[in-house]
Amino acid sequence: MNYESLSFIFLNAVLANNFVLALFLGLCPFLGVSGKLNTAVPMGLATMFVMLVSSVCAYGINIVLVGLDIEFLRLIAYIVVIASAVQLVEMTLKKFSPGLFRALGIFLPLITTNCAILGLALFQTFKEYDFLQSLVYALGAGTGFILAIMLMAGLREKLELSNLPSVTQGAAVSLMLGGLLSLSFMGFAGLGGQ
Amino acid sequence: MRKQNNEITWDTFSEGLWRENPVFAMLLGMCPVLAVTNSAINALAMGVATTFVLLASGLLISLLRRQIPKQVRIATYIVIIATFVTIVDYTIQAISLDLYNALGAFIQLIVVNCMILGRAEAYASKNRPLKAFVNALGMGAGFTFALLCLGVVREVLGAGKLFGFDLFGPQFEPWVVMVLPAGGFIVLGAWLLLFEWFKQRKAQSESDAVVEVR
Repeated sequence: MNYESLSFIFLNAVLANNFVLALFLGLCPFLGVSGKLNTAVPMGLATMFVMLVSSVCAYGINIVLVGLDIEFLRLIAYIVVIASAVQLVEMTLKKFSPGLFRALGIFLPLITTNCAILGLALFQTFKEYDFLQSLVYALGAGTGFILAIMLMAGLREKLELSNLPSVTQGAAVSLMLGGLLSLSFMGFAGLGGQ
Repeated sequence: MRKQNNEITWDTFSEGLWRENPVFAMLLGMCPVLAVTNSAINALAMGVATTFVLLASGLLISLLRRQIPKQVRIATYIVIIATFVTIVDYTIQAISLDLYNALGAFIQLIVVNCMILGRAEAYASKNRPLKAFVNALGMGAGFTFALLCLGVVREVLGAGKLFGFDLFGPQFEPWVVMVLPAGGFIVLGAWLLLFEWFKQRKAQSESDAVVEVR
C-alpha cells in the first residue's frame, strides 16, 4: 500500500517528475508530432485518454495476475491491453472526427509503442497505488505530457520564423530545446519525491 | 511471392552501424537512449539487452514469417518481443541486482522500443532467418555504439569517471547537469549537430570536386 495524497501524486506527475522531460518517456511523439500546435494538442489528448483507459485496465489485470500468481505475464498482458485501447481510440476518432484522424496519421497507431503509457502502467504497479491513486496518476501523467508537447510545439512554431545555421536544422535543435525545457522543469524538483 | 535477394553481404551488417544507424540517422528508440546513458556501464548493459531482444525476435519472426496472418502481425510481433523482454528482465535481475535497479523500468520498456518493432516489420518479416539475424546484429551493434557515445560523454563530463574509474583526480568539478535529464537531451543534440556537420562538409567537398573536374 502507498499512502501518498492525491494532490501530491498529481503535482508530482505533472511537474516534478514530468514523464517527458524528467523520465524520458514518450519521446517519439514528443519529437515527432510537436511541429504544429494544432496537431500537438489532439495528440496529447488522445495519449491522455489511452493513459486513463490503460491505467484502469492495468489495475484490474494486476489484481487477477497477483491472485493467480502469474506475475511474469504482466508485461505481455499490459501491452495487449494497451494495443486494444489504442485500437478503440482509433475507431472512435475515425468515426467522429475524420479530419483529425488524417492529421495524426501514423502517430495514432504508434501510441501503442509510446513508452509513456506502458511506463505509467508499470510505475503504478511498482508503487502499489490503489484504484483512485492510479487514476489520478494517469491524469497527472497525461496532463504533464500535454504540457510538455504544447510547450515544445509553441517553441518550434516560433523557431520556424528564425534564421538558423543549416547544420542545426532538424532534430538536433529540437533536442537542444528539449534540454532547455528539461532544465527549466528541474526547478520544480523540490515539489516531489522519486 | 516476390523473388528475394538472399545474398548476405557486408552491407547487410553494416547498414545498421552507420548509414541507417537507429539512433543517429533514424531517431528511433530515443527513450532508453536518453534515460539510461548517465553512465557508460548502464549504456553498455542496455545496448546488450536490446541487441539480444532484437536478435531473438528477429530470428523467430523471420522463421514464422509465412505462418503469421497479415492482419494480426503487429500484435503477434509485440507478443513475441514481450516474451523475450521478460526473459531479459528476469536474467538481469538474476545476474546483477545493482544493474537491475539502475536501469529500472527501462528494461521492461524495451518492449515499446520502436526500433525493434520497426525492424520486425521492415526486415525480419521479409527476409530469410540468417539474413535477418545478421542485419539485427548490425542494428544492435549500431544501437549499442550510439548508447556508448552518449554514455561515455555524459559520464566523463558529469562524474569525471569512465566505467567507474576516476579520470581527472579530486580537483575536477563535475558538470552535474550532464548526468541529469537535461544533459541527455543536450549531449544527443550535440552529437547530431556533429554528424550533420560532417555530412554537409562531405557533400560540400563532393560538389567542389565536380566543379573542379569540369
